[in-house]
Amino acid sequence: MKGRKRRLYVLEILGILLGLLWLSPFYLIAVNAFKTNRDIFADVLGFPSNPTIQNFIQAFIDLQFLQSLFNSLIITVASIGIIVFFSSMAAYALARNKSKLSSVILLIFVAAMLIPFQAVMIPLVALFGKAEMLNMVGLIFMYLGFGSSLAIFLYHGAMTSIPSTLDEAAIIDGANKFQTFWFIIFPLLKPISVTVGILNVIWIWNDFLLPSLILSDSEATIPLRMFYFFGQYTKQWHLALAGLTIVIIPVIVFYFIAQKQIIKGVSEGAVK
Amino acid sequence: MKSREFSYWLFLTPVILSLTLVVIIPLLFGLYYSFTDWNGLTVSTFIGLDHYMRVFEDQRFISSLWFTIKFSVVTVILLNILGLGLALLVTKQLKSSHLLRTIFFMPNLIGGLILGFIWQFIFISVFSDIGSIFGAESLQGWLSSPATGFWGLVILTSWQMAGYIMIIYIAYLQNIPSELLEAAEVDGANAFQRFRHVLFPLVAPAFTVSMFLTLSTAFKIYDQNLSLTDGGPYNSTEMVAMNIVNTAFTYNEMAYGQAKAIIFFIFVAAIAITQVYYNKKREVEL
Repeated sequence: MKGRKRRLYVLEILGILLGLLWLSPFYLIAVNAFKTNRDIFADVLGFPSNPTIQNFIQAFIDLQFLQSLFNSLIITVASIGIIVFFSSMAAYALARNKSKLSSVILLIFVAAMLIPFQAVMIPLVALFGKAEMLNMVGLIFMYLGFGSSLAIFLYHGAMTSIPSTLDEAAIIDGANKFQTFWFIIFPLLKPISVTVGILNVIWIWNDFLLPSLILSDSEATIPLRMFYFFGQYTKQWHLALAGLTIVIIPVIVFYFIAQKQIIKGVSEGAVK
Repeated sequence: MKSREFSYWLFLTPVILSLTLVVIIPLLFGLYYSFTDWNGLTVSTFIGLDHYMRVFEDQRFISSLWFTIKFSVVTVILLNILGLGLALLVTKQLKSSHLLRTIFFMPNLIGGLILGFIWQFIFISVFSDIGSIFGAESLQGWLSSPATGFWGLVILTSWQMAGYIMIIYIAYLQNIPSELLEAAEVDGANAFQRFRHVLFPLVAPAFTVSMFLTLSTAFKIYDQNLSLTDGGPYNSTEMVAMNIVNTAFTYNEMAYGQAKAIIFFIFVAAIAITQVYYNKKREVEL
């Protein structure tokens, strides 16, 4: 028993060391963001000797941080909203009308997950360009198209555990199909909605390639703005690092608020 | 009956419409364009398999494909070892278990583009600083040679994704009844034997899932590639996804880029299907 305890102790230390190693990149960018460019070259590893927040002010302005944060928020929230709403509705229709047609439709959605983005991106941009839809609205619509497959798949799996007697009772009480879905079924799907939401936040918030092909400068999201910003300051690490620190902060805050749901959502999404 | 049909289609229309316009039609058009000399605006002539033939003589594409394959094999192996190792560690009764899960998972939430920039700084500035403290020549000039660029990408991706793979393994590890392991211990199996004969077969399904995920992610990587090395030096670290984007949008060869994309699609689909088929079969045998 004593040997077991000692083993746990060793593992605890190993874990903590690994954890620190894992965090070291964040430490390194954060401390160096407070230094001048000269101090970074003089000493990368240590604490800043005379910390300055000038870097952050400059980065904040050049990143047009509030504007790009706002753009990212709108795109992420709107996309997830329509993915959750329309996919759950579709999964409900497919699960409750068991027919050959339903299984074919489900199969098409699942098969679409195999198509890599690069296979459709070139004609997609050309077609939406012709329709003058290379903007935020077009982008949100595209996220529905790319995101609905996984969402429908997850919702469809969850629907099987919701008894259809519930629907029948609602119909007898005079509810129509949409009311039955919205007031009876959708609330029961909440755990899956959270999972779908989490998986899509991680993807859409961080997506770079698609927005870079679609959005104009004024609509730029955080990753897109960061890309321009970094290109502008290649040899000026103090500004680049301050910019990186700023854009990571919202994500870390979100992580600390929704930590439990995130880990749970990811493991549910991965296991299915 | 009629109203049911109506609501059925009403519920399905938004997603079908978006999937059709965003995925299916572009894929079909893309397939057609790949046989033409389409320049992004107008289709001129049908040129058959010319682009496809050209792909196989395109040294830059071949080397990007080879680089991608090497990268994928190495990261899949490394990520599964790391992911399972971390999962085994944090499922022990450590005081720091919960905190460690949170920490290991953290990089996944930050986009690949941003992580690539962070690591560019670490490889270039921090590595050279550590290198000069310890007099290690090998830490100088990282990302400026094909080999260090390769390992740079591997390190970045492993650090980013290990926590995700860890979560998958944890989910499966938690389903293993502890009696099984205790029984093996009582029967005198040592830690390695318990791992090899009890744990490992039982986490095989997790391996299927994580291999599928790591392989398809590794193959499609773009953001990290762009922000960490931008394909340099001399395109030696350019991966397939980046090669396709550059062909289409930097060199404006839309139809040629599309032909590469179709080949890429077939490649990814074939790997994904073979891999799942093979792993499923193996699981049954266990």
